[in-house]
Amino acid sequence: MPERLGAVWVIAELTGNRLTEVSLELLGKARALAAQGGGSHTSAVLMGNDTGSLAEELIVHGADRVFLIEDPRLALYQNDLHAFVLADLIKKHHPEIVLFAASYCGSELSATVAARLGTGLAAHCTDLRIDDRGELVQVVPAFGGTVLGDIFCRETRPRMASVKPGIFPKPEREATRTGEVIKETAAVLEGYKSPLKAVRIVRRQPPELPLEKAPAVVAGGWGVGAEGWHFLEKLAGELGGAVGCTRPALDEGWAQSEDALIGTSGKTVRPRIYLGFGISGSAHHIVGMKDSGVVININQDPDAPVFRISDYGAVADAKEFLPVLLEKIREHKEE
Amino acid sequence: MKIAVCIKPVPDPNHYNKITVNPETKLLERKGIPMVINPVDKNAIEAALQLKEQAGGKVVLVSMAPPDAREKLTEGLAMGADEAFLLSDRAFAGSDTLATARVLAAGLKKIGGFDLILAGAESADSGTSHIPSQLGELMGLPHLNHLIELNLEAASLKMKTKIEYGYAEYEGNLPMVLGVAKEINKPRYTTLMGVVAARNKPFTIWGLDELELDPASTGLAGSPTQPGELHLPRHGRKAELLEGEPGDIAGKIVAILRAAGVLV
Repeated sequence: MPERLGAVWVIAELTGNRLTEVSLELLGKARALAAQGGGSHTSAVLMGNDTGSLAEELIVHGADRVFLIEDPRLALYQNDLHAFVLADLIKKHHPEIVLFAASYCGSELSATVAARLGTGLAAHCTDLRIDDRGELVQVVPAFGGTVLGDIFCRETRPRMASVKPGIFPKPEREATRTGEVIKETAAVLEGYKSPLKAVRIVRRQPPELPLEKAPAVVAGGWGVGAEGWHFLEKLAGELGGAVGCTRPALDEGWAQSEDALIGTSGKTVRPRIYLGFGISGSAHHIVGMKDSGVVININQDPDAPVFRISDYGAVADAKEFLPVLLEKIREHKEE
Repeated sequence: MKIAVCIKPVPDPNHYNKITVNPETKLLERKGIPMVINPVDKNAIEAALQLKEQAGGKVVLVSMAPPDAREKLTEGLAMGADEAFLLSDRAFAGSDTLATARVLAAGLKKIGGFDLILAGAESADSGTSHIPSQLGELMGLPHLNHLIELNLEAASLKMKTKIEYGYAEYEGNLPMVLGVAKEINKPRYTTLMGVVAARNKPFTIWGLDELELDPASTGLAGSPTQPGELHLPRHGRKAELLEGEPGDIAGKIVAILRAAGVLV
């Protein structure tokens, strides 16, 4: 173990040949942790093939150093190959903290690397900070977000954490920021024959306005019903927003796809305004929208838990109230 | 084909709104909430039973849990699994995911001879989704998580895993460790005959000694992470009730939307 304090690392994640938003969000938090004494500086790790041009993006969003590993064997994400390269890099450079996206691939990669290194990993962190004793406090949700727990990793290094997209704000781009790009190799893979073969990745065209970027989110739950769902689409259209849903609405097939799901197993959103209809307020849903700007909820049950986490609430049948609201908006626009 | 399914009893996710933290003791209060088999673990059992129907063999349930988990394992046997192992010891208490994976790996190695090891992709209570990957690493086997499709042809597997906005396709060979997502299948219902049969199926309980585990490698002592304080999320919203006729309420909402800048 070196005496010198190591860096705070962010494992950059790629979709096709682009960096995911969460990679940049993590850089903002990594810098904050380094500033609080959690690390000497901020580094990003970029693994892929022909991805060198993205290093600059990481630097202008907060990376002081970028470890760049370009290798055809890393073109498609595959847990064993990426874990080999990353574990090797960690052993060589001794970071203090390593942050991962809690995406499907990021969750898998972080768990794999933590097991290889025998170190601690906190999943789906909703907050990360350095306390006054210099310990990293990792706040994780449990029971679908009803309860939060602090997690520490006091003995082993690095301390690792995964974070879902949308939890931390994306840092501003600082065009004048400079940083160092350090080329590393995937030499550790020489002679390794993977028992797995990544064949291909199939992605749907993501929606034009992804839910997590919408300034207004119109969310529907059980109380909207199949017959009321089209009103949500219309309202989202009026507000330049997107439609989100709860798990029951998704399971009923009212929402178009899982991309609309907000909460524990779905998206985390923080729009300027969140309008919920017919949502009871289960912990699974609330964890995904609680950091929204203004929260309004309409539910016909006056005791629905959702009212306690709303700025404004109204007791009404969602599917009857939606057309009234749409009419009011139409009147307003005509004025 | 010998298939293991790792399962975990969890408090029923339908009751999570009732879970709270005692403000004085800072301990979890979850009284009266029934325990269930972690929902997606039932999909893992279903996947195993389907493979057994296709290729023949045996389905073995393995769980690290307190002694009262026997009832949940018996439910899995009633679905159609053939045998169950409960790994239970006070020394396992406080295990994080890596320490849990060590216990499961020790159990699976002691039973031995598995062609495939399945688990649910994540648990409903802690939801880390670490176990399938960490178990795979400790077993020295290839692994994938969040499986939505699994096809067995001879000893080779064709698999699809879930990713954001799509899926990834993989090929691999047995043995493997796989975490399944709920999209993979619909778990079967338990029949009365299954419940009756479950009572006579082999059931084994192993502790630290039987597993020949070092106490320093499991439980709180063997966990690289340590839990700190529990707290409740703070929402701090003003919870103002908008009253009046639907039209009046709609008018107030229009004003709020304008103030938020989403309506001109």
